[in-house]
Amino acid sequence: MIDELSNPDIPVPDELKASVTITTLDKIYNWSRRSSIWPMVFGLACCAIEMICTAASRFDISRFGMEVFRATPRQSDLMIVSGTVTKKMVPQIVRLYNQMPEPRYVIAMGACASGGGPFKEGYNVVAGIDKYVPVDVYVPGCPPTPQALLHGLIKLQEKIDSQSLRDVRWYKSETNEPVPVPVLGPDLMDPRQYQLIKQRALQAAAQAEA
Amino acid sequence: MSATAPTVAALPANLAEHFPAGVVADTRKGYEGYVVGAAQLLQVAGAIRDKLGYNYLSSVTGVDYPESNQIEVVYHAYKTSGGPGLNFKVQADRNDPVVPSLVGLYPGAEFQEREIFDMYGVRFDGHPDLRRILMWDGFAGYPLRKDWKEPFFEEDLKPFASRWPGGDVRRSEELDPFGANVQYPPEFDPYEWTPETETAIYKLIQPKAGNGNGGHLKTDKLIVNIGPQHPSTHGVFRMVVVLDGETVVDLKPVMGYLHRNHEKIGERNTFLQNMPYTDRLDYLASMSNNHAYALSVERLMGVKVPERAEYLRVLMVELTRICSHMWAIGFLLNDLGAFQTPALYAIKERELILDLFEATAGSRMMCNYMRFGGVSRDLPAALRDENTMDFLRDLVNNRLSYAIDELDRFLTNSEILRSRCIGVGVLPAEKAIAYSAAGPLLRASGVNYDLRRADPYSIYDRFDFNVCTRPNGDVYDRYLVRIDEMRESVRICQQVVAGMPTGGEILAGKPQYNVRVPAGESYGRVENPKGELGFYVVSTGKTNPWRYHVRAPSFVNLTLLGEVCKGHKIADVVVILGSIDIVLGEVDR
Ligand code: SF4
Repeated sequence: MIDELSNPDIPVPDELKASVTITTLDKIYNWSRRSSIWPMVFGLACCAIEMICTAASRFDISRFGMEVFRATPRQSDLMIVSGTVTKKMVPQIVRLYNQMPEPRYVIAMGACASGGGPFKEGYNVVAGIDKYVPVDVYVPGCPPTPQALLHGLIKLQEKIDSQSLRDVRWYKSETNEPVPVPVLGPDLMDPRQYQLIKQRALQAAAQAEA
Repeated sequence: MSATAPTVAALPANLAEHFPAGVVADTRKGYEGYVVGAAQLLQVAGAIRDKLGYNYLSSVTGVDYPESNQIEVVYHAYKTSGGPGLNFKVQADRNDPVVPSLVGLYPGAEFQEREIFDMYGVRFDGHPDLRRILMWDGFAGYPLRKDWKEPFFEEDLKPFASRWPGGDVRRSEELDPFGANVQYPPEFDPYEWTPETETAIYKLIQPKAGNGNGGHLKTDKLIVNIGPQHPSTHGVFRMVVVLDGETVVDLKPVMGYLHRNHEKIGERNTFLQNMPYTDRLDYLASMSNNHAYALSVERLMGVKVPERAEYLRVLMVELTRICSHMWAIGFLLNDLGAFQTPALYAIKERELILDLFEATAGSRMMCNYMRFGGVSRDLPAALRDENTMDFLRDLVNNRLSYAIDELDRFLTNSEILRSRCIGVGVLPAEKAIAYSAAGPLLRASGVNYDLRRADPYSIYDRFDFNVCTRPNGDVYDRYLVRIDEMRESVRICQQVVAGMPTGGEILAGKPQYNVRVPAGESYGRVENPKGELGFYVVSTGKTNPWRYHVRAPSFVNLTLLGEVCKGHKIADVVVILGSIDIVLGEVDR
């Protein structure tokens, strides 16, 4: 482990090698975060079953330090969106995301969460969670096998490794605004797009008349 | 059992005798049953239940026929003593459809009628709580009407001209004026819009402040929302609970958070394209979903399934039942507070079964294995080879029984399990039947009703197995029924492995990607791990189904949740829900 962290450019005397390492703040900070990612207990659909299998004895997610599934968003670092995102559910998902403390990560697990999947054409389906919350890793598959999810998690670790304290969004001086929670009207409404919706609805009505 | 039940053919005289004015036989080609006038419906249904003995209402659904300007409500009733069913329909004017509600006669119709209201806008006169169920209040339109188009609508039927044979694929977002999967009424202004959602349900169960617990203490009742994101709800399901202290006074399930529009998509798909979609209904039991859908379409097509394919089907379906019950038991223990450890034991053997599925069908969970007239693939060559059949033999002869015995040994006499489960969530037999409960839920209430015996399909009549029942109808009995059923499934698997023909066809005829299905209606049902799964399919003789309805056991079983939970502590609600064993993919479809 010490080897993993130490900076090869700075020599450490041999007799201290077993107990001293010289490293960067970024490295040690990233290393501790990537080795204890706590996912949220959050299953949406079929993909959640494979997520549970990933956590079970055969695939054993705890090999990566991620077995501590938390039932509350306040204690979680990672949201695995495992399943179809429906219009009726998306306000809750966005709210859960907003409740997670930073640094927080999102994995879109499976075809549905990534882009709507087999149900994309459905009238109650959101074509991918990335329309509402930022996604870090997409895991393809329907459902992705546990191996694929583990691969996605490793990719997330790699992503964390490459981050720097200087430019991550949660240490910026300006505060991060929560994602506006979508509203259920005659159809799903994204508060960020009210102006656009109003405009387009007028246009569509005009076109229909013409 | 089926031998003693009167056949359908004996009935026309009966029904017509009873109601010369209100009932006519349905003579459309390929249709069966009767058409009942809306005015006579209550009377006729009462006679069907009480005089003819069809005490179990399996399915209620709607079909839209814009050409005759009618919406038809279709009922399928059965006898719990077994035998074929009776199918009757009511036709309502499409512009203002009103049908009397059957909730008074068959309480199990409550959610199903709400679903028809939600999807077709049919108003059920006398329904106690007619609100939208899968979509939210305030949603615009009745999605399953044939003239209602979803935002990403491209064409009525698949394959779309843009995709096949040309393969000119583009993103659906490019076609939609809003660039997303949404649509709004003309000149809609979101700034002016006021939300109306959720008020209805709270009004319905508005707690009255006052002396809830006997008088001397002044207590308030409290509304608690459990879900849709809660570990105990097995997915995205919500319960609105009114509490008096810790005691449940009222409970209303709220669902639709995973409504993925199976039926709308299914009516655009070709018949075969629906097969992989059925996998995603009860995603813990994809093989048996395939089976139910294949059976109902095969009934219309009139194909005969080859011998080896029947054996393969039964093998896969019974292994699926074991997987599903193991899962149910493991997660019931989770709900009891034994967090994760029992579940890990319970789903250990499931992985071996999934390996077999993956080797055979190509996928662990979404098997998409069956075809009309057979199955898509034979067991992998290695398994058919006599020497390496050992894996399968070892699985069904040793490992599975061992795993079940292990669960039994660890759990059945556990003090905690017994004290939390015995006497909790009691469901008497009459109530279970009235509420159309199905599967282990029904059999744990002492009703000997298992479709594999009551209305045999496939080749179940060849196997020696028992229908497992228990008398008390509590959570503990539901647990025991599942343990018993797994043992019986293992027995069936052993007989399959011993008796399976070694070679031969696995699919009748040559593989076809686009089957043409003769016009008519068909209701095929199987005993799924969760209960009776039915597919109501209407064909117009084309390659796409006109109507594709799923009678989902998890959905119908939830009708009685509120009733069973009343008077229990809030912690027991979680356990009762766990013992009903729902899968949200199937509840919301
Ligand atoms: S990607 Fe496939 S398996 Fe996953 S939720 Fe969607 S349909 Fe289910």
